[in-house]
Amino acid sequence: MKAPVATAVAMAVGIVVLVGYFIPLSIFTGLRMLLLQWAIILAGAALFVGMVNLSQHHWARIRARRGVGSAWLVFSLWATFFITFYFAPASLPTRWLFDAILLPASVALLGVLAVSLTVAAVRLPRRRPGLFTILFLTTTVLILLGSIGIPGVGSLPFVSNLLRPWLAQVPAAAGARGILLGVALGTVATGLRILLGSDRPYSE
Amino acid sequence: MISLTTGLTGVLGLAFVVLFALLLVVLRVVKEPRPGRDLRPLRAFTHLRHAVNLTVESGKRLHISVGRGEITHPRVASAFAGLSAAHKMVELSAASDRAAIVTAGTGPLGILARSTLHSAYHTAGHTGRYKAIYGQVSGLTPFSYAAGAAFTAGADDVAVNFLAGSFGPEVALIAENGERHQALTVGGSENIAAQAVLYAAAEESLIGEEVFASGAYLQAGGLHGTSLLTQDIFRWLLVVVILGGALAKLVGVLP
Repeated sequence: MKAPVATAVAMAVGIVVLVGYFIPLSIFTGLRMLLLQWAIILAGAALFVGMVNLSQHHWARIRARRGVGSAWLVFSLWATFFITFYFAPASLPTRWLFDAILLPASVALLGVLAVSLTVAAVRLPRRRPGLFTILFLTTTVLILLGSIGIPGVGSLPFVSNLLRPWLAQVPAAAGARGILLGVALGTVATGLRILLGSDRPYSE
Repeated sequence: MISLTTGLTGVLGLAFVVLFALLLVVLRVVKEPRPGRDLRPLRAFTHLRHAVNLTVESGKRLHISVGRGEITHPRVASAFAGLSAAHKMVELSAASDRAAIVTAGTGPLGILARSTLHSAYHTAGHTGRYKAIYGQVSGLTPFSYAAGAAFTAGADDVAVNFLAGSFGPEVALIAENGERHQALTVGGSENIAAQAVLYAAAEESLIGEEVFASGAYLQAGGLHGTSLLTQDIFRWLLVVVILGGALAKLVGVLP
């Protein structure tokens, strides 16, 4: 009985939220806001479940003596949680954690990402030879040249003033809109499959 | 007090969704498209299906990553499409020596990943093989999630990485690590920046709405095939409306 009840509740809640989104009558919008607030509270609880899950996974690695990094991760995760919980999110110690540890680590990974993408771009013609790859790489190089110029020379007159804005505003924007149209239709279809009970990622 | 324009826009939006749903149900009864016959061939899914079958023979595992879309945001739809595909892929490879792993970047998606894995193993008749640890929240910020998922993607026993969900450019770290360890990496997202990055970093990339078609191409059943057909019909309708609008503006019918 568990699955049909869960499906019925999911469908009913989905329909109420959908109607509340489109029909701005206070009864629908009020219900929609209430349900969304519940969803946000549940998402917060799920975040805690996620932390426990992450710890479980790394605890298994620590027990198998395979993870010094895992021990460090579990310690950092719970230390951050308790410091934020005890001192409040806007406090000095919490801000220090974010500014002195999380932010530099993210920036370092951003640097690694730049190198990864350069390596991927170099490998691309060998892995996927063809017209679209040439087009992709040429556009990337032109946009980069138009945005940052050449060290010692500065911005390139034609590329920076005319070519880069045209590439970004005409072909790239047109392509992006076409892609977004398809994504929007895909989003509607996925939502409706869940509303109609065809897809049930929530039922075991 | 609701303005007439707001009310009319809302009713039109709701009518669009209701019409979409009706067509979805009607087409399900009339015609169910099949890959190879009614669906255009997509190399990414042909490779993916082949590789999933090979994982059973080689005793390796699948890694599916569903990104970090917030559950209250429409962007999470691509993760739901990824979870549908994950269900079918896990079902197909349930007999493999090593269990599939699903990584997620938010708590709710982590719970749904575990639920999907449990359901897939149950459908395949291998309920005993499921462990909650196979559905993992690999990190809670964009880069910590990418670092955790990249670690799984690059593990020696992973043969296939399927990345379908809401990602940022950091998805390149996951794809690159999978590629470096000779695992097939197929990736798609609703995010345009992530799509561009995946085109360069993944062996096979899914562009635009292709990520939403994964269920239909993997024959996940249900309404996946017909939803693809419905999307095509509505796409053509929108093309006609856009062109008609542009033409009407050109000749001065519209202000």
